[in-house]
Amino acid sequence: MDSLYIVGIIVVCSLVTLFVRYLPFVYFGNRELPKSMIYLQNALPSAIMVILVIYCLKDVKLGFNLYDLKEIIACLVVIILQLYKRNMYISIVGGTLCYMIILRMI
Amino acid sequence: MEEYKFAFKQTLPIMFSYIFMGIAFGIMLTGLGYGVFDSLGSGLFIYAGSLQFALIGLLQAHGSVMQAAILSLLINARHIFYGLTFIERFRKMGLKRYYMIFSLTDETYSVLCDLHTPSNLNEDKVMFLIALFNHIYWIIGCIVGAILNGVLPFNLDGIEFSATAFFIIVVMNQWKNNKDHLPAIIGFICGIVCLVIFKADNFLIFALISCVILLSIIKARGENNG
Repeated sequence: MDSLYIVGIIVVCSLVTLFVRYLPFVYFGNRELPKSMIYLQNALPSAIMVILVIYCLKDVKLGFNLYDLKEIIACLVVIILQLYKRNMYISIVGGTLCYMIILRMI
Repeated sequence: MEEYKFAFKQTLPIMFSYIFMGIAFGIMLTGLGYGVFDSLGSGLFIYAGSLQFALIGLLQAHGSVMQAAILSLLINARHIFYGLTFIERFRKMGLKRYYMIFSLTDETYSVLCDLHTPSNLNEDKVMFLIALFNHIYWIIGCIVGAILNGVLPFNLDGIEFSATAFFIIVVMNQWKNNKDHLPAIIGFICGIVCLVIFKADNFLIFALISCVILLSIIKARGENNG
C-alpha cells in the first residue's frame, strides 16, 4: 500500500513539474514571438539570476555576529575573488570554503 | 569529444552542489522508510530540488496526492519564466528540445544563461550535454544518499553554498557583458520588495511576476517615447 502511495506522489509531482516547464513552449508553439516577448527573452536572464541570488539568501538573518553574517561574508569573498582573480573555480571554492568554515566555528 | 569536455567543465560548479543535495535528499527519504528506487525515481522523474525537499515534509505528514500536486505547482511555477528565455533557442534543437525543456532546473538555467560556446563546437550538443550531466549528478546523489541509509561518512554541511556562489558569478558576468543594466536593477528591486512584503517562503513567484510586468511596461513606454 505504502509503495503505491509513494509511486503516486512521484508520478503526480513529475507530471505537474513537467506541465509548468512545458507551458511556455506549448503556449508559443511554433508561432513567431510577439515583439514584447523578444525583448523579454533577452532581458529576463539578468533579472532572473539576480532574483535567484536573493532566493538563495532569503533565509539570512540580519544580525551583527559572525554566524548570522556567514552568507554575506561568503558572498563578498566570491565577489572579491572574482573581481581580482577572474577565475570562476577559485571564486566558488574560496567562497564555499569560507562559508563551511564559519558554519563550523560555533 | 571536445563537446563532452567543454560541457563537463561548464557543469563543474553545479556538480558538488547537486551530488550533495541529492545525497541529503536520499538520506531524508530513506529516513522515512522509503527505498533506493523511490529516491532514484524522484531524482530521475521529478528532478526539482526545492520541490523534492518540500516533499519530505509532505510525506512525513502523509499528505494526499492532491496536496502534492498543489505543492508542485506552487514551488515550480517559477519554471514558466525560465522557459521564456529559451523558446526560440530550443526550437532549433529538434528532438533534443523535449529533454531540454524537461530538465530546465534553476542550476541548468543558470549555466545555459552564461554559456559562451567556442565556434568550433556544436552548441546544441553542448547544451544537451550540460542538461544531461546535471541530471546525472542529481540522480547519483539521490541514489548514494539512499544507499548510505542515514549515515553520512563525512560532514559536508554548507557545500550547497557553491550553487549560490555560481549564481553570483553569473550575475557579475551578465553585468559585465550587457550594456543594458535595467533588467538586473529591476530584478533586484522586485526581489527585495517582494521579499519584504511576502516573506521568504512565498516571495519568489511574486518577484518573477512583478519583474516581467515591470519590464514589459518599461519597454512599451520606451517605444512610445522613442
